[in-house]
Amino acid sequence: MKHVYLDHAATTPLDKRVLGAMKPYFSKKFGNAGSLHLFGQEAREAVEKARESIAKAINAKPEEIVFTSGGTESDNIALQGVMRANKGKGKGLVTSVFEHPAVLRTAEKLEKEGFEASYLPVTKQGFVELQEIKKFLKKETILASVMHANNEIGTIQPIEEIGKLCREKGILFHSDAVQTVGKERIDVEKMNIDLLSASAHKFYGPKGIGFLYAKQGTKIYPLMHGGGHENGLRSGTENVPGIVGMEKALEIAVKEMDEENEKLKKLRNKLIDGCLEIKNSWLNGVREPRLAANAALGFDFVEGESMILMLSDKGIAASTGSACSTKSLEPSHVLRAIGLPHVKCHGSLRFTLGRATTEKDIDYVLETLPGIVKRLREISPLGGK
Amino acid sequence: MYSKKVLETFRNPKNIGEIKNPDGVGKIGNEKCGDVMWVYIKVSKNKRSQEIIKDIKVKTFGCVAAISTSSVLATIVKGMTLKDALKIDKKQIAEELDGLPPAKMHCSVLSMDGLRKAVEDYRNKKAKAD
Repeated sequence: MKHVYLDHAATTPLDKRVLGAMKPYFSKKFGNAGSLHLFGQEAREAVEKARESIAKAINAKPEEIVFTSGGTESDNIALQGVMRANKGKGKGLVTSVFEHPAVLRTAEKLEKEGFEASYLPVTKQGFVELQEIKKFLKKETILASVMHANNEIGTIQPIEEIGKLCREKGILFHSDAVQTVGKERIDVEKMNIDLLSASAHKFYGPKGIGFLYAKQGTKIYPLMHGGGHENGLRSGTENVPGIVGMEKALEIAVKEMDEENEKLKKLRNKLIDGCLEIKNSWLNGVREPRLAANAALGFDFVEGESMILMLSDKGIAASTGSACSTKSLEPSHVLRAIGLPHVKCHGSLRFTLGRATTEKDIDYVLETLPGIVKRLREISPLGGK
Repeated sequence: MYSKKVLETFRNPKNIGEIKNPDGVGKIGNEKCGDVMWVYIKVSKNKRSQEIIKDIKVKTFGCVAAISTSSVLATIVKGMTLKDALKIDKKQIAEELDGLPPAKMHCSVLSMDGLRKAVEDYRNKKAKAD
């Protein structure tokens, strides 16, 4: 059976070139980067070279890069660490209603500690509004956190402008850029970003490694205590192969970004247009500005999970980002946030394309999907035959 | 995750669809929660003059578990007397599927409620006709 993987927003395959770069650091160059001897030196060199290269990719300084286990940890350090370390200023945290759970659940945890979180609404098109943000930013606000691109609907937020507003008011600004690092140009200076989260496995690097950019001088309390690694911000022996892999993956992603995005956008638009030919369907979020690889669609009268499974039986991997996952019955908070009624949230289907996606893959999806939607509509009492 | 049996049943659901001129229809669930079931039944009498479910079909809008439980319930009760059919337990439906994820147990309840409503509808209609 043909296999078509269209769930790259969930994770990407490790690039073979990345694997090649990582390999020596498992059993040959296995040293602890904290050791003084030659084995340690070898590892330390690799880690610091990676730090430099990664910093350069986002126009930061090497000492502003903190290696973490991934996006969730980076978000947690940014929010918890900054809020706790800057208590003197006030209690306020501003974020948006459609952030990733790594930010939302952390904000809730901070609220339980006595901090005050407020949540920016988003428009039907899938954006936070600058006018709205102005109202939310107060004198007591310590930190604002707005994601660079939404993981479900792919809409790209006006980060530079949000950052500017925060700077003007002396408020720290964090952006969860897990969906954009390696996919969109990032310049933390130009974009007025103080803190930024990234995860390697979203850009063809290994799982279990990510980084947090934290502008020099930002006061942060660590979550992990121990040997004082990463300038005391993240204790724990450095994941050397992971760090080296992330460096290589980002290097490739940045180099190939423009060409890749151009290809992806073409294929994505073909996929969106093809899907919209199915009656009673729609695109979640506007088409631009949107991640080149994201096609988040909705179909009336059918339920996402059933579509996913039937597509999977045909070798196609997609995601709902919605509703009845086996774990949770709640419809997607992102789709609710953009004003979709409950019933429409249940019919969502997200395709996220990637490096290996071909036009043939898209053709195969467009041949397969209409039959699946039709079949599910036949057994659905909600109509739409 | 779902058991193999749930997935198999989802792939080949039985008794799915609509009955023309049904004797009873049970509509249950709401679009908001994401599960809607319409249960259609045809009732006749067996040799001992007991009312039985001669035919049953279900239409389902919902997740994999909702579709699978609809199919299993319909398969179990087809041919049963109304009395026995109404005694089916949600656990029995779940067991038939080698278990359901805890968050999905309500799907089996929903299908039972759908059947109950269909029988009620049948009885109401019959009472009116009598």
